[in-house]
Amino acid sequence: MTLVRDLPQVRGVKNIPIQEGFTSGHRTCQGCESALTMRLMIKAAGPRTIVVGSTGCMYVANTTYYSTPWVVPWMHTQLGSSGAAATGTAAGLASMMRKGKMKDEPINVIAFCGDGGGVDMGLAGISAALQHEEYNLLILCYDNESYANTDIQVSGSSPWGANSTFSPPGKVHRIMNRRWKKNTAPMLAAGHPSCRYVATACASYGLDFTNKIRRALTIGGPTFIHVIDPCPKGWDYDPKYSHELGMLAVETGLWVQYEIADGELTLSGPSRAIQSGVRARKPVQDYLQRQGRFAHLTEEDLQFFQQRVDESWDDWWLPGVVPFKRPEEE
Amino acid sequence: MTTVEEQLFMTEKEELISGSEAVAIACALADVDVITAYPIRPYDTVMQYVSQLKANGAFDCDFIVAESEHSQFEIVKHASSVGARTFCGSSGVGWFYAFEAIAVTAGLRLPVVAMVGNRALDDPGAFGVEHNDALAVRDLGWMLYWVATAQEALDMALMAWRIAEDPRAFLPMALSCDGSFLTHSQAIVNVPTQEQVNKFLPGYQRGQMQLHPDNPITVAPQVNEDWLMEIRRQSNEAMSRTPGVIKEVYEEFKQVFGRGDPSPFLEEYMTDDDPDIILMGMGTLALPVRVAIRRMREQGKKVGFVRLKFFRPFATEEVQEALSGAKAVAVIDRDYSFGSPSSGGVLFNEVRAALYPLEKRPHVVNFIAGLGGREVRVRDVEEMVETTQKAIDTGKVEQECNWIGVRE
Repeated sequence: MTLVRDLPQVRGVKNIPIQEGFTSGHRTCQGCESALTMRLMIKAAGPRTIVVGSTGCMYVANTTYYSTPWVVPWMHTQLGSSGAAATGTAAGLASMMRKGKMKDEPINVIAFCGDGGGVDMGLAGISAALQHEEYNLLILCYDNESYANTDIQVSGSSPWGANSTFSPPGKVHRIMNRRWKKNTAPMLAAGHPSCRYVATACASYGLDFTNKIRRALTIGGPTFIHVIDPCPKGWDYDPKYSHELGMLAVETGLWVQYEIADGELTLSGPSRAIQSGVRARKPVQDYLQRQGRFAHLTEEDLQFFQQRVDESWDDWWLPGVVPFKRPEEE
Repeated sequence: MTTVEEQLFMTEKEELISGSEAVAIACALADVDVITAYPIRPYDTVMQYVSQLKANGAFDCDFIVAESEHSQFEIVKHASSVGARTFCGSSGVGWFYAFEAIAVTAGLRLPVVAMVGNRALDDPGAFGVEHNDALAVRDLGWMLYWVATAQEALDMALMAWRIAEDPRAFLPMALSCDGSFLTHSQAIVNVPTQEQVNKFLPGYQRGQMQLHPDNPITVAPQVNEDWLMEIRRQSNEAMSRTPGVIKEVYEEFKQVFGRGDPSPFLEEYMTDDDPDIILMGMGTLALPVRVAIRRMREQGKKVGFVRLKFFRPFATEEVQEALSGAKAVAVIDRDYSFGSPSSGGVLFNEVRAALYPLEKRPHVVNFIAGLGGREVRVRDVEEMVETTQKAIDTGKVEQECNWIGVRE
């Protein structure tokens, strides 16, 4: 087991490190929350970090030759390879450090992927990476709910009914994407007892996200964080509302923020308040109707959507997290 | 007291081992850092031996059993980028499952060494040898070597890291080993000592291309039409430099270990007297071909054999020189290339292209043989020579591509 860098928790947003690891040079769209996710991720991890990014927006828009925004070492990996890339990088370092071919020191390894690369194509590779307790690595899935870099196509992480270039509402079929969004983080947490840390986050809650990155890297072994990133282009809204839409995704109960550390589940922020009954969930239409990708939804569609979200809070064993029905009380 | 494993490479010795085992021993001797495995016949025997060697403490490596060939090749690609010496391999459709990773490994100039246990691309199901799996990467920047014996497998594996990791090359290299005939067949192999190997094989230094916090570079950014052509050109130049690196390494290997052929690119058999007909092929079919040639020589027929060892880089000048004296060349392909010029095999069309600039060109006749692991028999080789002789006698090639041993 290689050494782990001890990254203390940040108390208060003003104490987030000032040092940037992701700076100017990228060409992401105005209002791109994924760019903010990248920026916060590397701020939290610090300069002794290797970042490997699989194909997607955060590759194509981020690393134009001669104008890379990455201050830390960065390497591209294939669309479905975030798991293998993290494993290979960590294994190479671990092997050489153990054998005295390289200075033995803690180096963070982070591989990121979009929802297309992580939730769809790279799922098996991420699963395999999470089995290797001997390697310290973090896989970060930034989820903008479509293959956004290739013109907005539906992915396994797109919401039900969303308009995309592969699921356009038509005269005969209004709802072309009939799949419900995959429940990725709990699937990975439940399936990999060797993985000590799984979390969900959103850049709208920057401090929470920063600290989750730090906990993942400090706890050691293979870890996974799933982040929802509002995307003005793919979701069809004014770029100035990215931050607000991230908050609405959480406040409506559609995106649940939590961490599972050593098997212990803790909800955070508004999700926690909703779970404990301190705060009511906002209606999902407050969130859906702000986005052009849902403009074709009818009243019944919105009701159906609301009903599915209600079920996830009212009927699920672990509300908003694990879709098993609660056992009947004796 | 030293353990059995510690004694393993202290003295030079002869062992009865298979081609796969020979490559596994080379991995231990080369102190490879990261090795990835995924099961598919017949290459996977090498990983069985690697895992045994690691389990018994013969060497220290990170041995990772991946969840697919794609991940298998991606893991070593990334391990190589941080400066680790790597090894992996596959066979047939498994090699194809990793194709994306295989392509970018060469594109990124990462010196991964792989073993291909040549296997038919099933469906329909077949375990036996065909060369189409490894040949599919021939345009991508992988060096491709076709091994004929277990001894050669061990020797060439040791040379592979040295060649691939030379900064003038920084290209991946695959050792193609015929499924069953080489991967599973045992022969007496001279296993060198660790001391000899250390003298020959230095550590892998990625230098200014190493991905590390002390060297914060960006690898593989978006270059598009602005730079891709220049980068392809650099890969081409790197591949053009490899013949020089190979010759240098081969000569040094011969000095340290005291064995090797005159040329690293070709093995010539009974070609000193400028025979009328020269057979040409790759891999283990050298064995029946040599037997057939000895028989035909006894009958007074002037026949020789050239075994092509490196398919990439293709040693154009050496091939021209070796074949230009013959009246006809018979190229044996353990592969196919449907719809290609003359519907011939891959090797045939490459050899024919290499001979084209010659003023006096020999006839070139193609034989597709031994597909799916079917045996190439001595009398098959004799039949090839008879057909080729007809071209010489009549002054023209009646049928350029001939399938041997097919039930009609």
